[in-house]
Amino acid sequence: MKEIQPVADDNHDDSCDGYNHQPSGFIAKYVWSLDHKVIAIQYSVTAIFVGLIALVLSALMRLQLGFPDHFSFIDPTSYLQYVTMHGIIMVIYLLTALLLGGFGNYLIPLMIGARDMVFPFLNMLSFWTYLVSVIVLIASFFVTGGPTGAGWTLYPPQAILQGTPGADNGILLMLLSLAIFIIAFTMGGLNYVTTILQARTRGMTLMRMPLTLWGIFIATILGLLAFPALLVSAIMMLFDKLLGTSFFMPAILSLGESLDYTGGSPILFQHLFWFFGHPEVYIVALPAFGMVSDVIATHARKNIFGYRMMVWAIVAIGGLSFVVWAHHMYVSGMNPYFGFFFATTTLIIAVPTALKVYNWLLTLWRGNIHFTVPMFFAIGFIFTFTHGGLTGLFLGNVIVDLPLSDTFFVVAHFHMVMGVSPIMVLFAAIYHWFPLVTGRMLHTGLGKLHFWVTFLGTYAIYLPMHYLGFLGVPRRYFALGDTNFIPDSTQTLNAGITVAALIVGVGQLIFIFNLIWSLRRGKKAVANPWQATSLEWQTPQCPPVHGNWGDKVPVVYRWAYDYSVPGHKTDFTPQNKPDSECLLTDKGGL
Amino acid sequence: MNIIRQLFNKPWLSDHADIADSSNQTQCLKLTQTQSTKTALVFFLMVVTVLFFLITITFLSRSQYPDFTALSGPPWLPFSNPVTLWVNSAFLLLASVSIRFSVISQPFNERVAHTRMVLALCLTGLFSCLFLIGQLLVWKQLTASGYAVNGNPANSYFYLFTGIHGLHLAGGFIALIRVVFIFVKQADNERFRASLRLCVWYWHYLFIVWMLLFALLTASSGTYKTIALLCGF
Ligand code: HEM
Ligand SMILES: [Cu+2]
Repeated sequence: MKEIQPVADDNHDDSCDGYNHQPSGFIAKYVWSLDHKVIAIQYSVTAIFVGLIALVLSALMRLQLGFPDHFSFIDPTSYLQYVTMHGIIMVIYLLTALLLGGFGNYLIPLMIGARDMVFPFLNMLSFWTYLVSVIVLIASFFVTGGPTGAGWTLYPPQAILQGTPGADNGILLMLLSLAIFIIAFTMGGLNYVTTILQARTRGMTLMRMPLTLWGIFIATILGLLAFPALLVSAIMMLFDKLLGTSFFMPAILSLGESLDYTGGSPILFQHLFWFFGHPEVYIVALPAFGMVSDVIATHARKNIFGYRMMVWAIVAIGGLSFVVWAHHMYVSGMNPYFGFFFATTTLIIAVPTALKVYNWLLTLWRGNIHFTVPMFFAIGFIFTFTHGGLTGLFLGNVIVDLPLSDTFFVVAHFHMVMGVSPIMVLFAAIYHWFPLVTGRMLHTGLGKLHFWVTFLGTYAIYLPMHYLGFLGVPRRYFALGDTNFIPDSTQTLNAGITVAALIVGVGQLIFIFNLIWSLRRGKKAVANPWQATSLEWQTPQCPPVHGNWGDKVPVVYRWAYDYSVPGHKTDFTPQNKPDSECLLTDKGGL
Repeated sequence: MNIIRQLFNKPWLSDHADIADSSNQTQCLKLTQTQSTKTALVFFLMVVTVLFFLITITFLSRSQYPDFTALSGPPWLPFSNPVTLWVNSAFLLLASVSIRFSVISQPFNERVAHTRMVLALCLTGLFSCLFLIGQLLVWKQLTASGYAVNGNPANSYFYLFTGIHGLHLAGGFIALIRVVFIFVKQADNERFRASLRLCVWYWHYLFIVWMLLFALLTASSGTYKTIALLCGF
C-alpha cells in the first residue's frame, strides 16, 4: 500500500484503535471487554466449566464399567450419550478452547510486546460466539431424546438414523454447535495469526519468539485449515438429515423400512472427519509442546536445547499432520497402497516428535532444575507423552492396528497422548502463569499433592487399559455380556480402574480449591517470581493492566532463552535488556 | 523466501540483532491496522479456499457413484444450455469490474474521483444483488422443473455450492457496507481506500471461485469421469 504514510505525530497515534479503548464500569471491563486478558479469562473459565461437565460424564461411564448393574439410572442409551459428549467436549470445547482461546489470547500480545490483539472487537465476538456454541451444546442435554450418542466421531449413517440416541434433536444441536464453534474459532484464529505476524514489537523477530508462541501459531494455522473439513461435514450431514439429500447416506433399511436415501458414501464422511480429526490432535498438542518447552527452560535455568530444531519440528509436524489422517480408517478398508502410504507418513511424523522429546530431556540434562510445581507437571508430561507416542507407533502399522482398533488399547493410546499429556501441560501452565494473571502464587504443597494424585492416578487408569485392549475388550460398549474370549478377571480390573478414576476426579477438587483459595489468600507474588526472560513477565505493572505496557512498548534485544549465560550478572536476562545493562548491573529484571 | 531465511536465524547469537530488519514492524498502530487487515484477509481467503476445495473433492468422488446424474449433457438436462447462469456470471463480472473502478487512482480532480467512487460502489451493490437474485431464480426454476435438493446428488451439490458461495458474497456485502459506514463517520480517506482495496480482492476472488464452480457444475459426466480418473478416485 504505497499511498499510506506512517503517521508522524505521536498524539494522533495514541488515538488509533489499537489499545485506546480503556473501559469504564464493571460491565465494560469484565463482560463486554475488548481486553485480550479479560477475554482469555472468559474463554478459560467457560472451557474449564464445560470440562468439569465432561469429567462428571466420564465418572458416570466408569461407574457403569466398573460396577455394572448397580446404577439403574445409567442405561445403554445414556451410556452412549455420555461417551459422545465426554469425547467431543474434552477435545474441542475444553482443550482447543482453553489452549488457543485461553492461553493463546492471554499470552500472544504479552509475549510479543503488543498492547492487545490487532482486532480486539473480533476477539470479543469470538468469545461470545464460542459461548453460544457451548450453550447450544449444553441445550442438547435438555431436548427430547437427549444429546446424540453417535460417538464423538459422529459417523453416518448411524448418527442420524432412528435407534441412535438423540437422532432427532441431539444430533442437530451437536452439528449446529460445531458449526458455531468453528466460526468462533476462525474469528479467533485469524486474530492470533495476524497478531503474531504483524504486531510484534521492535526486535522481536520470528526466531526470537518463545516456543509457546510457535506452538500456538502453527496450531492456529492448522486449525484454520482443518476446521473447514469439519464444517463441511457438519453442513453436509445437516443437509442429509434435514433436507433428505444423500451425500453420506447410503441406500439403507432402517427398522425394516427402506429409506429414501440413495447411494451416498459414509466413507466420504470419515475422510472429511479425519482430515480434520488428525490435525486436531496437533492443534491440541503443539501449543502444549510450546508451553512445556518454556516451563522446562525456565525452571531448569537453561536455554532450550536446539531451539531452531524445536521450531522446525513444530512446523514439520504441522505439515505432516495433514497427510496421515487415514490411519484412523484402516478398518474401514482401503487400497493396500494407500494403507502403506498412510502407515509410512504416520511413522515419519514420529521423527520430529521424538526429536522434541530428546530436546526436552537434553534441556533438563545438567540443568539447574528447580523442583517447582510447574516443573513436576512438565516432567510428568514427558513421561505420559512418550508413553502415548510409543503406542501410537504400534497403531500406525496397519497389521497391528487391525486387531487393536476399537479396543481399549486405542482408548489408552489417545488418552495418554491427547488426554493426560496436554492436561499435564495445562496444569504446569496454570501453576506457572497464575502469578502473572492474578498476582498471587498458588499453594505449593497442595500443588504437589495434586500432581502426585493426578500423575499416579492417571497411570493407574490408563496403563491397565492397554492390557484390556490386548484381551480384545471393545470400546464404547455399555456391557460386555457373555463374551467367551474375555476372562472374568477383566471385571476386577475394570473395577480397579474405576476406583482410580474416581480418586483422580475427586483429586481435581484439590486444584479447584487451590485456585479459589489462592485467589484471595495466596502468597502475594513478586514481579516475575520465576525469574523468567520472556516479555510477559516484564510488564511495568504485575499483573499487567489494560494496554499492557504503560506508555512505552518494550524493545527486544535477545531471544527468550538467555538463562545462565556466562558473563551475565544474573542467571536470566530478560528479552528487553540490552547487553550494556545486563553486563553491568546486578539487578536483572527485578 | 523471507520466511525460510528467518527460519535459519541463529537467535542465540546476540550480535545477530536484526532490529533494523524489524523496522517495518513499526509501532504506528494505524499502519499496522491496514496491514493486519490485509494479512487477515489472506488467511481468510485460504480458509475459504480450503472449504470449497474440500467440497469439490467430495463432489468428484461422489460423482463416480452410480446414482449420480450430471446436470448437463443431453439437451433435456437443465444445464446443457445454461443461459441463466451465464447471465448471472455477467452480473458478478460487472460487480467485480465496477468495484475495481472505485479504487483506480485519482484523476486530476478530487470531486470527480469522489463521484466516480460513489457511482462505482452503487453499481457494485446493484450488480451483486442482481447476481444473488439471479441465483435464487435459478434455484426456483430448478425446483419447479423437478430438480429438488434431495433429488439427485448433483442437484444437492448445486444448491450446496451456490448457497455457500452466495453466503460469502452476502458476507462481503456486509463488510463493504461497514467499510463505507466507517468512512462516512470518520472521513479517513487513506484507511478507507485501503479497506476498499481489500473488498476489491474479495470480489475478484469470489468471481474466480464462481467461474470454477460454474465450470464444475455444468460439466458432463464424461468430464467428471476423466477428472476422477486423473485424481485416482
Ligand atoms: C507418534 C505419534 C502418533 C502415532 C503414530 C499415532 C497413531 C495413531 C493411530 C494409528 C490411531 C488410530 C487407532 C485406531 O483407531 O485403530 C490413533 C488414534 C488416536 N490418536 Fe494417535 N498417534 C500419535 C500421536 C497422537 C497425538 C500426539 C495425539 C493427540 C494429541 C493423538 C490422538 C489420537 C486420538 C484422539 C486417537 C483416537 C481417535 C478415535 O478413534 O476416536 N495421537 N493414533
Ligand atoms: Cu491421527
